[in-house]
Amino acid sequence: MPKIHVNTIVNGDAVEFLCEPNETVLDVLRNELQLTGTKEGCSSGDCGACSITVDDRLVCSCLVLAAEAEGKVIGTIEGVADKDQLHIIQQKFLEHAALQCGICTPGLVVSVQALLKESPNPTEDEARLYLAGNLCRCTGYDKIIRAVMDAAETMRGAA
Amino acid sequence: MAITDYKMPQSLDEAVQILASSGKNIKVLAGGTDLIIQSKSQSSDPLQVLDIKSLKDMTSATIDGSGMSLGPAMSCAEFTARKDIKAVFPGLVEAAYLIGSTQVQGRASVGGNLCNASPAADTIPALIVSNAQCIIHGPDGERTIAVEDFVTGVGTNCMGRGELLAQIKIALPAPGTSDAYLRFIPRSEMDIAVAGAGVRITLDSAGCCTDARVAIGAVATTALLVPEAAKALIGTMLDDVALDAAANAASAASKPISDRRGTAEYRRHVVGVLVKRAAKIAAERVKGE
Repeated sequence: MPKIHVNTIVNGDAVEFLCEPNETVLDVLRNELQLTGTKEGCSSGDCGACSITVDDRLVCSCLVLAAEAEGKVIGTIEGVADKDQLHIIQQKFLEHAALQCGICTPGLVVSVQALLKESPNPTEDEARLYLAGNLCRCTGYDKIIRAVMDAAETMRGAA
Repeated sequence: MAITDYKMPQSLDEAVQILASSGKNIKVLAGGTDLIIQSKSQSSDPLQVLDIKSLKDMTSATIDGSGMSLGPAMSCAEFTARKDIKAVFPGLVEAAYLIGSTQVQGRASVGGNLCNASPAADTIPALIVSNAQCIIHGPDGERTIAVEDFVTGVGTNCMGRGELLAQIKIALPAPGTSDAYLRFIPRSEMDIAVAGAGVRITLDSAGCCTDARVAIGAVATTALLVPEAAKALIGTMLDDVALDAAANAASAASKPISDRRGTAEYRRHVVGVLVKRAAKIAAERVKGE
């Protein structure tokens, strides 16, 4: 079967690519589009390292076929910062040392952005539940949650 | 399995025609949270996928005076955000809300959960107590089957070659009716049910139970409708004696296995406790507590 031609929008830019039927959006982001900020963890939708948004919906890019991206709007970690200006969420992750090895961080930042878009004033329990699909084996999560709550408060103030 | 072909039909008839003419190595793709993982297994058998998400009514839901029509491939994230649906079917919505993480809910669907037919699928007991009907399209036209007869075993369903789950229909429940779904897992989220229970209760104005449906999950090869448990509740004020009788009936109907999630004995006990608690929650919902 010939490769599948896909038109999509990634971080605001129109993008087209060719893919095999078995390739995932994660494969294409990393191997074709050189957007390697999105990480491959488990490849089975359990760890959240590959979290992206598709049409504003948070998903694991390892569980979306690249062919399904036709006509969709994709958001990845590369679209979070404004050029050299870190997003408040990224800044708060640094301030609270909410990362150690860093593999889970891009997925977490994308997920936190989705959380705060849906729910700008989450309780700690709501934040923990929303982020339950983002596994971190380093921090023990407390520093992440502190960063999330701080970012939420700062973003509410800035809005 | 290795995905070797991706098709996106634009009509139900086209989907049925492709399914009917493609042999055994074609699978329907909805949210893919089971199928894409399965496709990454070691076996290199070719697999064609048929993405049904562009079919009309497949990813949306409507609710009106007659009931709900649910597109089987509507994501759980969209489904659980629908306040109009949650107001009528709170138990079904809470079951859908328990599937996987936020990310998984962005893709996973009620119809996919049903067709995948895991014994521990959370939405199936909730669909059963809601009296859900499955509208199946196939080469011979349309047929309707009750959801409790849809799943035939572990990972198998009643659909034959060329058939596709086109809609899930649920009639509006009678006044004074509500439902609840509970499952037990050792973690607080993102786990697979050790046991699950869905209960739907109808109360009259005096608080007497006039109708009930009870279904249990993860304690047999398929989710089970338990009429004996419902019988124990009907005609009572849902007092402790009635609730205990329903719990015992559910435990007696269960046929659990022992595995790393729990022993058969433990599951048999827990499923009764869940029935009791879910019945209380459903009754509280009727009373608006």
